[in-house]
Amino acid sequence: MATAAIGSAIKRKEDPRFITGTGNYLDDIRLPGTVHAAVLRSPYAHATIRSIDTSAAAAMPGVLGVFTGRDLEGELNPLPCAWAAGGNAGGIQNNLNTPRVLATDDVKWTGEGVAVVVAETREQAVDALEAIDVDYGPLPTVVDAEKATQPGAPQLHENAPNNICFTWRVGDEKATASALKGSHVVVKQRLVNQRLIPNPMDTRGAIGRYDPGTEEYTIWMTSQTPHIMRLLLAAFVMGVPEQKIRVIAPDVGGAFGTKIFLYADMALVLWLSRKLGGRPVKFYETRRENYQATTHGRDHITYLEVGATKDGEVTGLRVKTYANLGGRLSTIGPGIPTTLYGRVLAGCYKIPNVYCEVTGVYTNTTFVDAYRGAGRPEATYVLERAMDLVADELKLDPAEVRRRNFIPADAFPYRPPDGLLRSWNGAEIEVDSGNYEPALDLALKNVGYADIGAARELAERRGKYLGVGLSSYLEVCGVAPSKWIGLVGEGWGAAMWESANIRVHLTGRAVLTIGTSSHGQGHETTMAQVVADALGLSVDDVLVKHSDTQGTPFGYGTYGSRSAAVGSIAALKAAEKIVAKGKRLAAHMLEAAPEDIEFESGKFFVKGSPDRSKTIHEVALAAHVGYDLPEGMEPYLDETAYYDTPNCTFPFGTHVAVVEVDKETGQVDLVRYVAVDDVGKKINPLIVDGQLHGGIAQGVGQALWEGAIYDDTGQLLSGSMMDYALPRASWLPELELDETVTPSPVNPLGIKGVGEAGTIASTPAVVNAVIDALSPLGIRHVDMPLTAQTVWRAMQAAGKEASA
Amino acid sequence: MIPAAFGYSRPASLDEAFRILREHGDTAKILAGGQSLLPLLKLRVAHTEHLVDIGRLRELAFIREEAGGGITIGSLTTYREVLDSPLAAARAPLLVEAVQDIGDVQVRNRGTVGGSLAHADPASDLPAVALALDAQIVAISGRGERLINITDYFTGSFETVLQHHELLASIRFPALPQGAGTAYRILPQPASGYSIIGCAAVIARSGGKISYARVALTGASDVAYRATAVEDGLVGTDGSAKAIAAAAAHATSNRMVTSDIHADRQYRAQMAQVFARRTVEAALARSA
Repeated sequence: MATAAIGSAIKRKEDPRFITGTGNYLDDIRLPGTVHAAVLRSPYAHATIRSIDTSAAAAMPGVLGVFTGRDLEGELNPLPCAWAAGGNAGGIQNNLNTPRVLATDDVKWTGEGVAVVVAETREQAVDALEAIDVDYGPLPTVVDAEKATQPGAPQLHENAPNNICFTWRVGDEKATASALKGSHVVVKQRLVNQRLIPNPMDTRGAIGRYDPGTEEYTIWMTSQTPHIMRLLLAAFVMGVPEQKIRVIAPDVGGAFGTKIFLYADMALVLWLSRKLGGRPVKFYETRRENYQATTHGRDHITYLEVGATKDGEVTGLRVKTYANLGGRLSTIGPGIPTTLYGRVLAGCYKIPNVYCEVTGVYTNTTFVDAYRGAGRPEATYVLERAMDLVADELKLDPAEVRRRNFIPADAFPYRPPDGLLRSWNGAEIEVDSGNYEPALDLALKNVGYADIGAARELAERRGKYLGVGLSSYLEVCGVAPSKWIGLVGEGWGAAMWESANIRVHLTGRAVLTIGTSSHGQGHETTMAQVVADALGLSVDDVLVKHSDTQGTPFGYGTYGSRSAAVGSIAALKAAEKIVAKGKRLAAHMLEAAPEDIEFESGKFFVKGSPDRSKTIHEVALAAHVGYDLPEGMEPYLDETAYYDTPNCTFPFGTHVAVVEVDKETGQVDLVRYVAVDDVGKKINPLIVDGQLHGGIAQGVGQALWEGAIYDDTGQLLSGSMMDYALPRASWLPELELDETVTPSPVNPLGIKGVGEAGTIASTPAVVNAVIDALSPLGIRHVDMPLTAQTVWRAMQAAGKEASA
Repeated sequence: MIPAAFGYSRPASLDEAFRILREHGDTAKILAGGQSLLPLLKLRVAHTEHLVDIGRLRELAFIREEAGGGITIGSLTTYREVLDSPLAAARAPLLVEAVQDIGDVQVRNRGTVGGSLAHADPASDLPAVALALDAQIVAISGRGERLINITDYFTGSFETVLQHHELLASIRFPALPQGAGTAYRILPQPASGYSIIGCAAVIARSGGKISYARVALTGASDVAYRATAVEDGLVGTDGSAKAIAAAAAHATSNRMVTSDIHADRQYRAQMAQVFARRTVEAALARSA
């Protein structure tokens, strides 16, 4: 390739419009005649709805209608839960408890919608909400997943005794018990992976428009998965044919998982538009609504037992987790703490025995679903804390314990011995490639691990404890082979392939339409880079379009770090089809045999005679005008490819955090952050760095500051940005990124993906660093977030004087 | 976030402002930079029937030198204007130190000194600064002007002695004692940036002993206050680490310490002592 686009750190094509205010986000869309919907949300976390009086609200200025759940009965079905955790791994005990578009009989969390107002202006709609009179019958509440399973806890659903939605198991229980019994040491620890509020900059919303003439619906929505949303709306909620709905995701300002899912407002705006004879109906969340009514992440309580030999080789890992699902099930809520958590608990280590039992629990809280990393951060946190606990117990170097347990470089492709990655019907994925020690070594070298003692002494003189924390992580990208993820009970009962279409116009410029859905990832740039190289075009000559179900091929969307590892390969395959057709046409034009045509850097030429050539522009022109084509060839260069990855890809690396803890106040200062990531080959190193920067910041946020706090009555106390602390750029040190490169054998580009790696790796690195800093006090664990007060309290409890 | 409906006026003169305030009585609120009041209205935590936007009264935006070395700052002076003022830097370095970390650039560009002191958030920075600097509040109304000593000004959480018909016009900061050092330190609540504990200190020494001490705390209780027990404990001592720590131990004496989801009573009380000590040490180190 003359000038390879793949691998070059070019600036994102989409950024000029985003940073000059010319993007087109949902709230920028102004359709003529738009009216506005606002949702009344329950102030109670658990209550019956005795009655709702909407008459005063209906009489307010500008109000066009006020509707309750009763008005929707027979019109809109409850939202589906598409992922029933089950199979031979324990079986979901119920998956019926999903939200209705508006609650009818009862509410299960503060923020559940009970009525909708539609009015001429948003302000009128919001004002009218205050005039709706709801008679609630308050019920006792429970917000803690472990407590919710105890006898006597308030019960949320009749079909879920003890609030248990499912008990899911993976691994060999007996072998793990016996391995732990025979271990030199067994360390136990209770770990809380606290609930997080994802906080995309662009909150959620939808604009629905019904066309009374064609009886077709169009919906603009902030979504990562426009094609799936169309399917779920059509088939499950509205009962209209899929082709009657067009879903458009405009520019979407971040999602972190929350915009994978189906939400009540999507169905509401379409129903209301039809009710109003076709006026466009807009709903756009306030930040407070986003906190209460868009999915949360994490929220696990885990009992960990890890066994090891005296040399620190881990012999077994037994994990019992209570996963908080919220008051009702979100679209794939049960999938996160099961398949995406339990199956990756061994991470980058050759742990011979793993057993994991997950209890999915209903509580009076907002529903929980995928949040950046989705199960893998939770698993990595358990595992990387386990490694440090083993090192501490055996007085070994945490780096050495990791090294001793790594899957060796010659063991790939690697299948965990106990079938952790084998789904219940036998389909198995394997860790595609890896070489973990060099990444660890490079990270240790970059941080100056051998000399950290001197830094500790310097910090000590300033009244600070210095700590170093490691995290060797395994990410799972390219989610996922359909045969593995598509099983009912293992996945969501549907496939996860990806799609791409390329049309080469007669000017030789190409339009690539894709099934993935960029919402900050930079697909307009990276996908163009892949196709530019494959077709010998410049990156600027490849226009990328996505996220409109009319005009793009069906795709499963963007999440699970799948757009590069699955989506871009679909684009590559489509380009290969273009080249194959181009060769046949070029052969015809050059009067040569098709098998003698080669293609390189945008030129078709006869093997051995590079001057006998046609450019792709010339071939595209010939294909377009079509008056001289080989026998049987269709005109135009227009090819679609569907790509189902044969395996996931497994980026890895080691991150090292260095922190200082103020002995008097408990304040934690992250002073250095060193990361070595191996994401295989990179399409765009600049975008990879950006993904790592953002991901690391999010993971650090969980370690040190973030946490959704409910009181016992289910009120969300951390209900705004004034009380929920997101990381700020100035709180982070310069991130010191480095790499090793182990190309993935799964796909022809050797790429793996990177979307969630930073988030997965950074949380345990920082927590391990803080615990290391506090280790002189005998502290072995403190639950996140490690706020100043939490750390101070731990120091107090350790019986040491925290004050001078 | 959408506030409930309210009326709105933007008077072009002080006289017009007083007239509007008289008309609306206690149902109106005054809007200055809007960095505190508007978020509360949008969250529907605060409500008002009528908002009187005094943003056009530019005669209230100034920083002026006074005879005797003090300065007067007009209430509509923004944080940015304070940071850009050589006069403020020379005469009220404590104010400048506190202001530089308020909010973010946008907040500092719009937020005002008078707005913050009229809003009287018990965890904001300026009440502690004003207390430590012995400031006087100049309130004006159609009936004239009155001077309020800062120690008489705050009456509770978001409450002051200002009357509904009055405007906070300016704040007078008297000259610092000869050779005094000042410092402001906070333990921030990470989400809001407000203080879990904030401490402002002015320390002067004479003949090897601390001769003057002002120590004020914000965030600790339902109102910012001068920690007079700490001040009394400091004056006359040699300013040794031990003496300062002993005095700082009284940081929350006779005060009901705030407890919330970010810091409980015990932690906050302990941090009040730590930050009182650290702030006094920093101010002492800067004194001549």
